Amino acid sequence: MELTTVWFALIATLWAGYFLLEGFDFGVGILLPVLARDNRERRLLINTIGPVWDGNEVWLLVAGGATFAAFPEWYATLFSGFYLPLLLILVALILRGVAFEYRGKRDDDTWRRRWDLCIIGGSLVPAILWGVAFGNIVRGVKLDANHEYVGGFFDLLNPYALLGGLTTLTLFVLHGAVFLALKTDGEMRERAGRLAERLAPAAILIAGGFLAWTAGTHRDVIGWLIFAAAALALAGAAIATRFRREGWAFLATGATLVLAVAGLFVTLFPGVMPSSIAAANSLTVDNASSTPYTLKVMTWVAVAFTPIVLAYQGWTYWVFRKRLTVERIPA
Amino acid sequence: MDALDLARWQFGITTVYHFLFVPITIGMSALVAGLQTAWVRTGKEQYLRATKFWGKLFLINFAMGVVTGIVQEFQFGMNWSDYSRFVGDVFGAPLAIEGLLAFFLESTFLGLWIFGWDRLPKRLHLATIWLASIGTLLSAYFILAANSWMQHPVGYTVNPVSGRAELTSIWAVLTNSTTLVTFPHTITACFLTAGAVLLAVSAWHLKRRNQEDVFRPGLKLGAWVVLIAGVGVLITGDLQARIMTEQQPMKMAAAEALYDTSKPASFSIFTIGSLDGREEMASVRIPSLLSFMATGSPGGEVEGINNLQAEYAEKYGPGDYTPYVPVTYWSFRLMIGFGGLAMLVAVAALWAIRRGRAPTNRWLWLAAITSIGMPLAANSFGWIFTEMGRQPWTVFGVFKTADSVSPSVGAGSVATSLIVLTLLYGVLAVVEVGLFVRYARAGAPELPPASDDDSEDRPLAFAY
Repeated sequence: MELTTVWFALIATLWAGYFLLEGFDFGVGILLPVLARDNRERRLLINTIGPVWDGNEVWLLVAGGATFAAFPEWYATLFSGFYLPLLLILVALILRGVAFEYRGKRDDDTWRRRWDLCIIGGSLVPAILWGVAFGNIVRGVKLDANHEYVGGFFDLLNPYALLGGLTTLTLFVLHGAVFLALKTDGEMRERAGRLAERLAPAAILIAGGFLAWTAGTHRDVIGWLIFAAAALALAGAAIATRFRREGWAFLATGATLVLAVAGLFVTLFPGVMPSSIAAANSLTVDNASSTPYTLKVMTWVAVAFTPIVLAYQGWTYWVFRKRLTVERIPA
Repeated sequence: MDALDLARWQFGITTVYHFLFVPITIGMSALVAGLQTAWVRTGKEQYLRATKFWGKLFLINFAMGVVTGIVQEFQFGMNWSDYSRFVGDVFGAPLAIEGLLAFFLESTFLGLWIFGWDRLPKRLHLATIWLASIGTLLSAYFILAANSWMQHPVGYTVNPVSGRAELTSIWAVLTNSTTLVTFPHTITACFLTAGAVLLAVSAWHLKRRNQEDVFRPGLKLGAWVVLIAGVGVLITGDLQARIMTEQQPMKMAAAEALYDTSKPASFSIFTIGSLDGREEMASVRIPSLLSFMATGSPGGEVEGINNLQAEYAEKYGPGDYTPYVPVTYWSFRLMIGFGGLAMLVAVAALWAIRRGRAPTNRWLWLAAITSIGMPLAANSFGWIFTEMGRQPWTVFGVFKTADSVSPSVGAGSVATSLIVLTLLYGVLAVVEVGLFVRYARAGAPELPPASDDDSEDRPLAFAY
């Protein structure tokens, strides 16, 4: 396999990992006002992701860095082209990250309420915008012959991309609810399970619609198969939430996210950012990539260190595997 | 202002702001790890209280370093897309490696450290803070390798067809002579900064005779770290000055506002005159010092701005190759001055508290408490100097700043993000300093009475 294909697959993997992991972090953040009734319950929710959210966010940073190194042209076009949405995402991630660390540092209701708003908004905005961004990438954007984005901000808010945003939002919220049912005990577990069960049909409708739309506009058989598997996993999640099989439900929502990302990337391949103006203006794995030498260096680094990272990050989840209850949160 | 100026302001503001927190993170993670090691080895309660106290301050600071770091990675593509296109093949690699090797390490193990107090065995828990600390050092190494490549590009060729830089040797990039002196210079400066945090906060408490069992050793530790790290900063700074003179002679000339080649060249501590140092009314000068800094010999020749400008115009074509001298001249002096001032305060503080003394001199306490700001200022001026001194280049001698900016991003977009991020950073600065002061004042926590409840269901110890 060519190294450009390897790196395309690796970047897809990083995004899949990011959606799988920070997906439930965003879900938990968005569900803060829905599931928690008092401060102690809000702390309970935040502490379920407390030890892991920062490590989960690194998947995004590495995806960004890997794109810069392996496909500089893609990185340059994407980040300068999606300027304002990325600014919004940056602001959201800044506020949310600081909020986790600072919210409990003062015993003051106004203080906590403000940081809670930062957590909720800081989770909601990226949860929608990542879907909008991916929708636009797959759909194709206005790239000129120099691979510069020449569309405006509102071109990015087309119906297909917006449905993409709604899809990531509902999938992340469902994933978060399922995660909370798995990570808490007592009344919160029940509440989160019930919510997940009710959310699942909506997720099937929205995500199913988005994937069907994508499959309908791109004739790619492998992509179709992967989307079908994603839909199946989501149906499995709906069934598992109904019977409160929390572990299975989490595996299923996780698989849905990973498969959906995989399907989008397969649909995209060999393009990385198609142009909607002229096919000749499109960025592909070939015209956007680094030199074979750089890709080779990066491949060695990735081969050597990725297993180590996966091992210790996995170990973190093992250390904090126990369910949290509200009794363990200091009053 | 056009998009280029706005993007430069944004890069300056977000980078200086980010680097207020980074040195404290790098230095304090190691100092906290050291204190926790002392506790694990001796079992003395005061070390545990110190670990928890300084650890809290460290975490308040760490959060800001993390979130402002995301902006750093994104803005290369957002504001500097033509730069990213030109250098991606070379510059992207250390950035990606930084993410994989360093960011995962520090964030994952810091999460384990914060939440692992009563989950992990003592020694394993201790290992988590050391690993996070190693992560911060690795991170510094790779990002400095990337920056050093901009100062002194090595291990690459420019492809004549695509017109872009291409990596030919990753080893050359990672062992760039510039990286090898910049890394120890930056790391020692980080320790100087963290030492000053300990020194200043401890001084505030000692002045009030609070918790002397924690803050007398805290002050001593902080002051000694400032001193030892300060000596390291001086030595590595000296090495760096020489390498800079060799690689970017214009930067050295601009540091002194030296217009005409001189042998020997004197160093002016300060000058009164026109801002760019062309006309001088009065100055305090040390003879031969610039020659020594630049070449290692008191009689060495230092090239002046005028000669270099002519030389560069011949080599790179007509244009202005002189950095903005008022900024380079003053930032160079302020960097050295604030760093040196912190060291003086540390000496005075150590002298004043020798053999259990409790000084009453108000000015001494004031100096010790404000010493926290001195390395922060020195660090900022250091970066301003090294980046402004490289202008008009982003990659010295190869690629210009004016060619680096995103062609598709209008001034309106850059202005929006500049305003939004600056306001946000301003508000967060107020919040951060407020929390830092609050927790610094509260002093070291009393340890909870030893609980016989060692079941897995006891309340979380160090949670959000």
